[in-house]
Amino acid sequence: MAELLFIEGGRVIDPASGTDGVRTVVIRDGKIAEVAERIERPRDARALDARGKWVTPGFIDLHVHLREPGQEYKETVETGVRAAVAGGFTAVCAMPNTRPVNDNASVTELVLARAAAAGLARVYPVGCISKGSDGQDLAEYGELRAAGCVALSDDGRPVMSAALMRRALEYAKVFGLPLTVHEEDLQLVGKGVMHEGAASTRLGLKGIPGAAEEVMVLRDVALVELTGGRLHVAHVSTRGAVRAVREAKARGLAVTAEVTPHHLVLTDEDVAASSYSTDLKMNPPLRSAEDVAACLAGLADGTLDAIATDHAPHSAVEKDVEFDAAANGIIGLETAFPVCLALVRQGGLTERRLVEALTSGPACAFGLPGGTLARGAPADVAVLDPAAAWTVDPARIRSRSRNTPWKGRRLTGRCVMTLVGGRLVHEEVEGER
Amino acid sequence: MIGRHKHCLALQDFSREEILEVIDLAVSMKEVLRRPIKKVPSLRGKTVVNLFFEASTRTRSSFEIAAKVLSADALNWTSSSSSVTKGETLVDTARNLEAMRPDVLVIRHAAGGAPRLVADHVGCAVVSAGDGAHEHPSQGLLDCFTLRERLGDLAGKTVAIVGDISHSRVARSDLFALTKLGATVRLCGPPTMIPAGIESLGATVHHELREAVAGADAVVMLRIQHERIGDPLIPGTREYSKLWGLNARKAEEWLTPHCVILHPGPINRGVELAPEVADGPRSLILDQVQNGVAVRMAILYLLAGGSSAEAGGASEAKAHG
Amino acid sequence: MDALEIDRAVHRLGREIAERARAAGAAGQLAIVGIRRGGIFLAQRLRAELKGALGVEPPLGTLDIALYRDDVAEQGAAPVIGPTDISFPVGGKTLVLVDDVLYTGRTVRAALDEIVDFGRPRRVWLAVLVDRGGRELPIAADFTGARLDVAEGDDVQVRLREAGAAEDQVVVKARRAP
Repeated sequence: MAELLFIEGGRVIDPASGTDGVRTVVIRDGKIAEVAERIERPRDARALDARGKWVTPGFIDLHVHLREPGQEYKETVETGVRAAVAGGFTAVCAMPNTRPVNDNASVTELVLARAAAAGLARVYPVGCISKGSDGQDLAEYGELRAAGCVALSDDGRPVMSAALMRRALEYAKVFGLPLTVHEEDLQLVGKGVMHEGAASTRLGLKGIPGAAEEVMVLRDVALVELTGGRLHVAHVSTRGAVRAVREAKARGLAVTAEVTPHHLVLTDEDVAASSYSTDLKMNPPLRSAEDVAACLAGLADGTLDAIATDHAPHSAVEKDVEFDAAANGIIGLETAFPVCLALVRQGGLTERRLVEALTSGPACAFGLPGGTLARGAPADVAVLDPAAAWTVDPARIRSRSRNTPWKGRRLTGRCVMTLVGGRLVHEEVEGER
Repeated sequence: MIGRHKHCLALQDFSREEILEVIDLAVSMKEVLRRPIKKVPSLRGKTVVNLFFEASTRTRSSFEIAAKVLSADALNWTSSSSSVTKGETLVDTARNLEAMRPDVLVIRHAAGGAPRLVADHVGCAVVSAGDGAHEHPSQGLLDCFTLRERLGDLAGKTVAIVGDISHSRVARSDLFALTKLGATVRLCGPPTMIPAGIESLGATVHHELREAVAGADAVVMLRIQHERIGDPLIPGTREYSKLWGLNARKAEEWLTPHCVILHPGPINRGVELAPEVADGPRSLILDQVQNGVAVRMAILYLLAGGSSAEAGGASEAKAHG
Repeated sequence: MDALEIDRAVHRLGREIAERARAAGAAGQLAIVGIRRGGIFLAQRLRAELKGALGVEPPLGTLDIALYRDDVAEQGAAPVIGPTDISFPVGGKTLVLVDDVLYTGRTVRAALDEIVDFGRPRRVWLAVLVDRGGRELPIAADFTGARLDVAEGDDVQVRLREAGAAEDQVVVKARRAP
């Protein structure tokens, strides 16, 4: 029996197929059957009214911390994917810095099992680059790939050893796995807790120079050239890193990159103005206005392939302390769309590019299915209301944690419906403001 | 209250008038310190708690004496390690102390912003006695008081601050207070010790000591720590002393006759200051110590005197006469 | 009171203080201390009178009682604290405290507490230009220029030339009903 679902009246934006206009999307048996301007709907087909809304491929987040196994008090796979679909994300890549870390099949299988049980967003586990994520020996990429990992990372930490990074790039080639790397030279970072600049000087906090990120990106680009491996730069935050990625791509190297919503809109001056709010402490830190402008330009011109939230839940235990002692990171799944949509309104980004960076961009960077509404693609769909104004109410956040600078703020733009494999997994009921 | 401030956390946030309010009041407080009986009953029945997470006998004692001269009860609570390693968070420690109803909490902590965090979680007034590399407001105020006592109105005066500016909360507090009072500030040290973007705060940067002190009305020398592991800012104290230390010859040849010297202490004799300069006629270091008590008395008096009522404006016609 | 009455009162106070000082054998041990601002100029005038009457000029001090007030808890910290200057030894002196208006008596109480912190005078006399009644503490003036009978809400102001007034005057302002 064919399960038919019609999404009607919405503005379909699917950069992968070049579509932008009012279309009807037909879903059959969990896959996209057709996207056309006018289709007759059979009486037994269900319909979703998307008039006035955008209909896009479900978003894909390449960088999410689900905290399970080991830190379930901050987030679990279930609460994480619930937050994801509320934000329009139908697929997330789960970073391996859990406890224990994901350097083996057991942890990978646990994460996948939890995701299957939740039955919401798809979860693509990311395995470790090094055993124990300790930067010494290679993890077993073959086992990780077979278990279901789609990429490798030691995120949370950089791979300080150039020798190990070289071998990792080489070894991963066999399995077709990209390395997604957290780029910072720990020796330049020292005890820094925010971007080094006039703001850190005023606050009397130790600074992290932008060069700490840039030197590692340059190093790894050179290693990509040496090895022919695939590099994905996680959470780019500096103009130096954007420049290095642009130049690497110009030379035809297999380098891709992502940027977070917060690194596109917030600066170190916001940290200073917040009076030491730890909801603005993350790694890489919020940078200067010039860095933010460079990241936005890099996203607009395609240097940066994807927007990835680096969703990093932390509880009050980690955050309600003095700035120096606070853990790094903020949650981001539920606010990514409105925060980035504001950039479109300000003219820094086109609507098409925004959707692309949330869909086909990430899909291509990691070679993932989805990110498109092409015929036969899995029916992972987001229905978004670009005009919906809503307040980020801490009590209604789906993530288990509350560490976001947008707590209590009014945002415009919201995901109102999410489908994964044709199933409605999220619906924002009218009147929930 | 000091102006609109319930707390004394950062001179960055103080207006010129608020700074003057404190140092003008400190003049009267200093007079009390000259009396045979150094005690006035103004803060009788009030409690001042010193919550020091960094060791400091000098500043803590200064606050303690200031409280006692005002007849307040002073209590010292010292922790040698950060609260996080001990297991109790800073906020919990402060809240526990607050349950005992102090009127003022004086806090020194290694993390910038820690006094602000505490102030946001307690109901009493909070005074920062130094937080990381951020600020040391009472030091900034007493330095301005000391300089004004000797130089008069600070508007148009030039003050050079020499040393490890990047790690110095005293340098920052001095910089903010002096510029708000109209002085010109020059910062001097090796490039490794000058923090990013400091010019945007209104100071000029010099790497040559001679140039920095030429024509200055006052020089503030900062203590140099060579104990920084893993991030060496200078090759050692020997070269630092040669290039940025102040000895008698340099003082004689490079400083104007009326130029005075300050140091927040403790001094590394022979490193940033030669002994004969530290003890010499230009040195106001001991004045700073005495003025420190007077300035801290002024701060405590303004913050602890009175409940939630606005300061000043009290009609004296009925209440007193 | 007008300028002439004030002048006469000050002159009379000076004579009375001088007489009593002589009778007590304390003419050489006198000291005048003016309270706050109101008492300072009067203290200066009295000192001049006493110089004339005794042939010797007693030392003059000023006292700001702000740090000794008993109402800091309700009214908050005083924003401006004037200078206290007692530069002579207090011990053994016959100290004449001078204020312009004696009302509740709390200012004088604070002044006494403060004086005692400077040393132990032989005796303290209180001289005021105007006693307007309304005492809240058992304080009495030893020398009074004039007694005024005013209502509780009234404001009694002593304006003196030294303070910038056109001429000496004691003015009573009735408080308007709220």
